[in-house]
Amino acid sequence: MLSEEIKREIEAEMHHYPRKQGVCIEALKIVQRHRAWVSDESLRELAEFLEMTPAELDSVATFYNKIFRRPVGRNVIFICDSVSCWIMGYDRVREGVTKLLGIRLGETSADGRFTLLPNVCLGACDHAPVLMINDDTHLDVEPAKMESLLEEYK
Amino acid sequence: MKMVTFYIENQPYAVEAGKNLLHACLSLGFDLPYFCWHPALGSVGACRQCAVKQFKDENDTRGKIVMACMTPASEATRISILDPEAHQFRASVIEWLMINHPHDCPVCDEGGECHLQDMTVMTGHNYREFRFPKRTFRNQDLGPFVNHEMNRCIECYRCVRFYRDYAGGRDFDVFAAHDHVYFGRHEDGTLENEFSGNLVEVCPTGVFTDKTLKKHYTRKWDLQTAPSVCVHCGLGCNTIPGERYGILRQIRNRFNHEVNGYFLCDRGRYGYEFVNSEKRIRQPLLRKDRRSLLEAASPDSAIETLKEIFAESSAMIGIGSPRASLEANFALRALVGPEHFFQGVSDRETRLASLALSILKEGPARSPSLHEVETADAVLVLGEDVPNVAPMLALALRQSVRREPMKIAERLRIAEWDDAAVREAVQHERGSLFIATTDSTSLDDVATERYHGAPNDVARLGFAVAHELKSDAPIVNDLPQEVSGLANRIAVALKQAERPLVISGMSCGSDALIQAAANVAWALCGEGRTAALCFTAPECNSVGAALMGGVGIDSAIESIPENGTVIVLENDLYRRADRAKIDAALAAAKHVVVIDHLESETVQKAGLVLPAATFAESDGTFVNNEGRAQRFYQVLSDKPQFGAESDRDSFRRSDKVRSGGFVKESWRWLTDVIKATGQAGSWTNLDEIDDALVSALAVFAPIMKIAPPANFRIVGQKIPRQPHRYSGRTAMQAQLSVHEPKPPDDPDSPLSFSMEGYEGEPPSPLITRFWSPGWNSIQSLNKFQDEVGGPLHGGDPGQRLIEPLQTGPTFFDQVPDAFQRRNDEWLIIPLSHIFGSEELSVLSPAIAARAPQRYLSVNDDDAGRLGVSDGEEVELRLGGNIHYLSVKIRHALAKGTAGLPVGLRELPFVDLPSWGRIAKCNHNG
Amino acid sequence: MAGGYASLRRVVREMTPQAVTALIKDSNLKGRGGAGFPTGMKWSFVPMGDDATHPKYLIANADEMEPGTFKDRLLLEGDPHQLIEGMIVGAYAIQADVTYIFLRWAYRLAAERLQRAIAEAYANNYLGRNICGSDFSLEMYLHVSAGRYMCGEETGLLNALEGKRATPRAKPPFPAVSGLWGKPTVVNNVETLCNVPHIVNHGAEWFKSLSHTGEGGTKIYGVSGKVKRPGAWELPLGTTVRELLEEHAGGVRDGLKFRGVIPGGASTEFLLEQHLDVKMDFESVQKAGSRLGTGTMIVMDDKTCPVGLVLNLERFFAQESCGWCTPCREGLPWTAKVLQAIENGDGQPIDMQRLALHTKLLGPGHTFCALAPGAMEPLQSALNYFRDDFERHIRERRCPWK
Repeated sequence: MLSEEIKREIEAEMHHYPRKQGVCIEALKIVQRHRAWVSDESLRELAEFLEMTPAELDSVATFYNKIFRRPVGRNVIFICDSVSCWIMGYDRVREGVTKLLGIRLGETSADGRFTLLPNVCLGACDHAPVLMINDDTHLDVEPAKMESLLEEYK
Repeated sequence: MKMVTFYIENQPYAVEAGKNLLHACLSLGFDLPYFCWHPALGSVGACRQCAVKQFKDENDTRGKIVMACMTPASEATRISILDPEAHQFRASVIEWLMINHPHDCPVCDEGGECHLQDMTVMTGHNYREFRFPKRTFRNQDLGPFVNHEMNRCIECYRCVRFYRDYAGGRDFDVFAAHDHVYFGRHEDGTLENEFSGNLVEVCPTGVFTDKTLKKHYTRKWDLQTAPSVCVHCGLGCNTIPGERYGILRQIRNRFNHEVNGYFLCDRGRYGYEFVNSEKRIRQPLLRKDRRSLLEAASPDSAIETLKEIFAESSAMIGIGSPRASLEANFALRALVGPEHFFQGVSDRETRLASLALSILKEGPARSPSLHEVETADAVLVLGEDVPNVAPMLALALRQSVRREPMKIAERLRIAEWDDAAVREAVQHERGSLFIATTDSTSLDDVATERYHGAPNDVARLGFAVAHELKSDAPIVNDLPQEVSGLANRIAVALKQAERPLVISGMSCGSDALIQAAANVAWALCGEGRTAALCFTAPECNSVGAALMGGVGIDSAIESIPENGTVIVLENDLYRRADRAKIDAALAAAKHVVVIDHLESETVQKAGLVLPAATFAESDGTFVNNEGRAQRFYQVLSDKPQFGAESDRDSFRRSDKVRSGGFVKESWRWLTDVIKATGQAGSWTNLDEIDDALVSALAVFAPIMKIAPPANFRIVGQKIPRQPHRYSGRTAMQAQLSVHEPKPPDDPDSPLSFSMEGYEGEPPSPLITRFWSPGWNSIQSLNKFQDEVGGPLHGGDPGQRLIEPLQTGPTFFDQVPDAFQRRNDEWLIIPLSHIFGSEELSVLSPAIAARAPQRYLSVNDDDAGRLGVSDGEEVELRLGGNIHYLSVKIRHALAKGTAGLPVGLRELPFVDLPSWGRIAKCNHNG
Repeated sequence: MAGGYASLRRVVREMTPQAVTALIKDSNLKGRGGAGFPTGMKWSFVPMGDDATHPKYLIANADEMEPGTFKDRLLLEGDPHQLIEGMIVGAYAIQADVTYIFLRWAYRLAAERLQRAIAEAYANNYLGRNICGSDFSLEMYLHVSAGRYMCGEETGLLNALEGKRATPRAKPPFPAVSGLWGKPTVVNNVETLCNVPHIVNHGAEWFKSLSHTGEGGTKIYGVSGKVKRPGAWELPLGTTVRELLEEHAGGVRDGLKFRGVIPGGASTEFLLEQHLDVKMDFESVQKAGSRLGTGTMIVMDDKTCPVGLVLNLERFFAQESCGWCTPCREGLPWTAKVLQAIENGDGQPIDMQRLALHTKLLGPGHTFCALAPGAMEPLQSALNYFRDDFERHIRERRCPWK
């Protein structure tokens, strides 16, 4: 069952689009904000609310890489792996994080605290290497300072 | 028609303006490879396979590569197909597809009719350099009809464009992105759309294949095939059944531009297993006396017995069948005499069919072909659940609502074939489709407006629309305001249309509905415009049988004489009338003779049973709902190629192999009887019986033109049912005898049971398969059409029998009263199910699995009154019988009515609509 | 803010929509999103007049995801009202009814600020009904995306905004004729729209005079890579590579040597030492064999492996392919796998031909949209300029830079 709050948030966005289908990407993000990821059940509930079928909604959801159709940890780390960050030391940043958390790209730490994902260019190339954790953008990332950086995120 | 001249390799060609280059080149006979384009689906330009080089003018030597499917063939367009760069690009496209395509050919069902194979050879690509691992997918269980093997996918997007965009299915889509795109359902499960089977023909590789074929798989080149007609409803879609070793293996689409075009419904495609069923009657059966069991007998003794029966019978009556051919019905009629020949359906249905036919004959409204339905720009459906009763008609209606909005695309100068651009520009605009029925239908999602009511109320709406259109059509009194408002809106839409269409039929069992439909159609005629009027027909030869005249079964039962004989032709009477009545009638008759192909209750009551050939084992003619007479040809030869009983042992692997060789066309059995009883007028082959039929009943005259006669040859050769690559011919019976048997004879047609014969293109009614050098897949159809997507060379098969007279119409004036609810009774109305209501197709396990269990539907309000909820059991008292049924709540069903599914095996026949009492069940279980 | 929305007040009160379009045409403003299409001309394709189809849409493409590009972020975070003002003026010029800012998911701060700015604009009658007392009304919505580079492609963006998969559309029909929901639509880059208020305020001649080469206006240039001062600067359009690299970005870091630069984001060709004096405007860069693109350059030093760099780019493109057309969907992963093999020391001589063939086959018009041709630009250029480096990998069966 979609909560009343989720429904209200979606309805608030609906009038931005002449058709209900237009709001479906935002709706997926809203559900994800509340539930961390979009499970099959969430997808079915949301589809019903939007008068779409699960197949129609999943067709859209699986196209966009910011919609998680598998469980994620409490915090999601996105490491930029595009060219400028790569030049400026992405490999070392990635090694640093993976070693620290004991997981590889695409995996979630055993305590459910972090999921580690690659991301394309985050648009802060003059401060490469860059990564995002949840909604926060971290610039000029140094592998040595990784631990303290992750500290903030419970 | 505006023509343009364009250039291929600097040679000029004239084509109709408005086409794209791919369509033009293919129609001109050029071999240009393609995947994502489809004549029924238009162009999207995704696969990049149809690349050609386009030049600005004759001086431009460089040119640029363009996709033929996305480029208009305009005046002075100049292209080269053979250009080396274009050629290399096309080969590269195949190479790219081969990166991930598995080397499954030897084990892939598609091999031998695979469009990917054909296009690979056509482009010349033959060496794979890619040395990295291929991407793989997990497959889904999509149900009993369609098999899923995603690794083979070349991502042409045809499947989703057909299923979702063309057929309106919503449970199948494309997922993920880049080289991981996936085509399937959101989760495992049976594909819901009734046209899912077309995926196996639309898919150019082996991703989607016929799951039922897998149970008895055969390569396309090993199948013996013949042109046939579907027997599972009255639309008469053309099919190509394929057999091998005496087992019917597969039904595939046979293109007919006027009827089914490129597609079939799932009932028609998968309903064929009844031909192979264990319930088949394979030899004559005789009962020594009433208390004995039926025992096998030889044909001679059966005929002898019949002679005796006739000698001692005071009179004979013959009950025909709406699923038996014209020839079979006619032979029975000739045997018993026209006054003793009865329609094999209830009196009610006989009356309704007769009414519909007289309306079509009188005119001025004309019955449209299925193709013409697609072109209608405003439609009113009165009383028919089209998706369940005539599925392909529903598919045609889905296309018809795209007609009117095409004007939007036209205004924006978007070509009709530019499919994605058209759909984007049109958005959700649709042409007018008004659906007025007794319950919601799965076509409702594309309806402009829906009306749900009891049959009489739907009819009243129809009469009201007619009155809005023409004031001399009768007025409807006491119509609620919303309904008269709706009637007005419908009238306006129909009046503005250039090709309006009214659809009705017999499914509700209501005369008034048919009359109302006629009134509407007639009111639209005149002022230089003809409206089309389409009546659905329940079975494959309902119209043909009805055209022969005669009254229904209820009358037949009254007419059984003392010491009389009843001959039943391909009909289970227990599906046609009340059980008690039939029991009594069959008990009263002295002799009951049945000619049928499947065991049934009627067969159990017979004293003599003759094994009738199914459509697959006989030739004959059916007349569809349009009034189009179409020929179907035998594909399974029942001549004892495999000898007698001993064969059963020799084919240990397959216990489905027929033996016996006693199965014969019904009309041939009847001919034997006619001859044996010394009557005049018997026939030796199909042409002769058709001749006699036409002489007796002039309405059938056009059938002499539907196909060339049996003695037709091309350069002295017959037309082979087997491809020239057919294998195993000399080994098939080697275990019986090392000597090759003579191929069976076919006296009824120009077709042979052989691979020898004319290899070129025969006249369209005789096409046994679509194949052309280099085109092994169904795409070879392109070579058989003047213009790809258009009629077959020389015209499509079938002849219309009914052309309306152009007399002024006399409106029907019996407007029924409004439906009145009753306190303690409900009006039980019939409901049709695509899977389950039709007698023959349910013998296919795949279809039986999807048939509903018996139920009674009521609306929420009535459920409340009865104190039942969804799934609970009720008892229905109807016509002296009690039925125990589980409740299904249907929101759209009119209050005071209840819906009972028809034709289900576990439900006895009930003559509906009829009033009945419903009560919540008190006992348990 | 002083002078804020002055251009809007001026156009709705003193200018006809057609006059605004003419002004922008005159100014020679070219699209700053990478394609460089003349903005005024794009606006002029929208049907005008009483018969025109409504609603009409104007969309700001704020889906900046081209690797190496970070200029729009600065505009969105730094001065959201500038964009909004430009959008409203543009909407007025084409008589749009609704505008959207299509923003990439990752720009969270920009989203907050844009949302607030839109509310402020509504509160001050710059949006909504009867803007500045005129009879022009306009709604503006922020739409935040959910990932995927293809959303930055004009027609992919339209599909994403409609709540569909961001696959591209064939043109014709052009968005001006059948765009968002099949209605007349203009999609412009953020930077492009930010120039509009200033052109209205100061005129076309002024704008043209700002650039070095007459193409009009300024450009926000960016530099990333191992330079002393990576960053972004607004400079006259036509500033040389050298000036940007050495004067503003401080040149390559000590201990490293300059080897080449990709001038306009990932999908452009390399410029080398010999091109340092090329003026970074549309025409000049094209003449030098590359593309101005987004104008944000990625610097490659001599300690960075060219194969590794191109591999990184091709993996990006392969992953961001939408999967619609065959050459991109299948060809890009192939090139990426070949490059990976070369980088791993498993390259074969034939791989060079395979890569070269792809740069030829995945050309404009051969694929459905410009993603694959864009992907081939740096590869083709690298094969040309750094052929030796590739062949060394193959010969030595290792990456010499590791």
